Amino acid sequence: MDSCLRRNDKTMNRINKKLKEDKKLLSIYFTAGYPSINDTVSIIQDLEKNGVDMIEIGLPFSDPLADGSTIQASSTQALKNGMTSEVLFNQLKDIRQSVNIPLIIMGYFNPIYQYGVEAFCKKCQEIGIDGLIIPDLPVDVYHEKYQTIFEKYGLINVFLITPQTSDERIRYIDSISNGFIYMVSSASTTGAQSGFGEEQTQYFERIGNMNLNNPQIVGFGISNNQTFTQATQYAKGAIIGSAFVKHVTNEGVNSIDKFVKSVLN
Amino acid sequence: MTKNMENYNVNEKGYYGEFGGAYIPEMLYPNVEELRQNYLKVMAEPEFQKEFNQLLKDYVGRPSPLYFAKRLSEKYNTKVYLKREDLNHTGAHKINNTIGQILMAKRLGKRRIIAETGAGQHGVATATVCALMGLECIVYMGEIDIARQAPNVARMKMLGATVIPALSGSRTLKDATNEAIRDWINNPVNTHYIIGSAIGPHPYPDMVTKFQSVISEEIKWQLKEHEGRENPDYVVACIGGGSNAAGTYYHFLHEKDVNIIAVEAAGLGVDSGESAATSVLGKEGIIHGCKTLLMQTSDGQITEPYSISAGLDYPGVGPMHAHLCKTERAEFMAITDDDAMKAGLKLCELEGIIPAIESSHALAIFEQKTFKPDDVVVVSLSGRGDKDLENYIEYFKI
Ligand SMILES: Cc1ncc(COP(=O)(O)O)c(C=O)c1O
Repeated sequence: MDSCLRRNDKTMNRINKKLKEDKKLLSIYFTAGYPSINDTVSIIQDLEKNGVDMIEIGLPFSDPLADGSTIQASSTQALKNGMTSEVLFNQLKDIRQSVNIPLIIMGYFNPIYQYGVEAFCKKCQEIGIDGLIIPDLPVDVYHEKYQTIFEKYGLINVFLITPQTSDERIRYIDSISNGFIYMVSSASTTGAQSGFGEEQTQYFERIGNMNLNNPQIVGFGISNNQTFTQATQYAKGAIIGSAFVKHVTNEGVNSIDKFVKSVLN
Repeated sequence: MTKNMENYNVNEKGYYGEFGGAYIPEMLYPNVEELRQNYLKVMAEPEFQKEFNQLLKDYVGRPSPLYFAKRLSEKYNTKVYLKREDLNHTGAHKINNTIGQILMAKRLGKRRIIAETGAGQHGVATATVCALMGLECIVYMGEIDIARQAPNVARMKMLGATVIPALSGSRTLKDATNEAIRDWINNPVNTHYIIGSAIGPHPYPDMVTKFQSVISEEIKWQLKEHEGRENPDYVVACIGGGSNAAGTYYHFLHEKDVNIIAVEAAGLGVDSGESAATSVLGKEGIIHGCKTLLMQTSDGQITEPYSISAGLDYPGVGPMHAHLCKTERAEFMAITDDDAMKAGLKLCELEGIIPAIESSHALAIFEQKTFKPDDVVVVSLSGRGDKDLENYIEYFKI
């Protein structure tokens, strides 16, 4: 865990650097290859230009178990458009010439497993990807089999916790994490909901009071300025996914500035 | 266990060789972990055992007969026994598992039951036990399967279940399973997910196998009565996810002299692009929470399978079967739609039994493989054909 934190600024992962900034972070998820196959790079560039702090690039999967209907539909379309791991890596090969913010690939385990976990990580490092979120790769399997590979290629793996995760397990996940913890706002698949209730704020507070080593970023159910503000009262940042994908579905890719502004202001 | 033999049961980490495990999103961890910590303990309780066995006897109608199929045996010049799971209440082996799991769910304090179904047999078996126990029941079923298994949809509704169509992907069993898993993520506290086959994250494959193992437990003593020996030369079962097969093999896995035959659906032909023959077309990967063999693209996207039989129309096999395949403990055969349908009709003509199309796949192997006259071959007749009448009518223009 400490190996990354101890590194000096030059070699420090962009995620860790970003987490040190004295501000609340906005991270945006989008599905690579959606709405059109070649939208990936311009979406990333636009998001950075408009003040987003971090990006999760969704590698589409045929059977996204943890996703609600919006991201399912965007994934299906992206696959129809021809998105694959190979295509994504090709699209991103020069991304670091134009983009500086942390980039995270979020994908299910099977496509990564088929690519070869080590080959995938190596490619990520070459391109300048900073981390991965793999919802169906369990913490213990990662720890036992893949952690050394991720570390070899300087990648941060991000784990999820939910309101049902026990304190003991949260401490274990904290001990294996080296960037941030993805705090899933409620027991649900992805998809925007309207605001947070008592139950959620209690959960956010409970986690806040645990004084974990890794900062937390809230995801699932963040959709606008109100939910972003609410969530970041308790956490270092928040992730918007479905709401952004919906925006792109309805408004196309030319009004990303409008969406980001509406969240941040 | 015979010496020098591989272990074909699950190990303490939830794996069969390299297959199995629990590849689940963190949202499911508490549910699956609760089950993992409790399932063996609960199943070992004398009270649980008593209730389970009583219901299997009085409600399901077990033991199911082991029937010597005389005319079929004459035709193929070998000794064919049929394990009559088709005679169970609700018409298939599926109810062995749902009885076990509903008792488990009750012990764990769950009030709401969800399930996925392909042919609708598991959905009916789940709706049945929910009615029996007075629990809420929601069944996810692919839109295509809803159309081709209409009688079972009606049965589920009569039994008080809510049937929700799965509209994504190929709109069959795989997609219904996705929807059930999503439901469980959204309802983590009060809900138990009754998986209908020997698939899913550990401990499901093992738990389902153990509930279904009553099939081979009975075969042993029944065969002793018929043949004076407990072990057949062959056990044969069709494989969708692999629950009737797992139950049929279970007590023979470590009996070296018992040959195991696993029958998959070849659909229109293994190389036709319209098939569900996972052992031939599949590669190692992750599906529905476990590492196993599954049909997928080179990029790791899960492929949409095809079979005329809704219950075999699944792009993976349970991890136990992946292990049996990899270690060559089991011989895998693939049977086309046409050969299965013909075998189904043959059973009607020779024995007066209308089999489920799934089970017809297992019966079709006799056209492909020759057995010795004194070989004892036990075939799992996993279900009856009532639900498939429309398919048979259409296929044979009856
Ligand atoms: C009669 C029958 N046989 C077999 C199957 C296949 O399932 P499994 O491989 O789990 O036994 C089904 C599934 O619906 C079925 O209804």
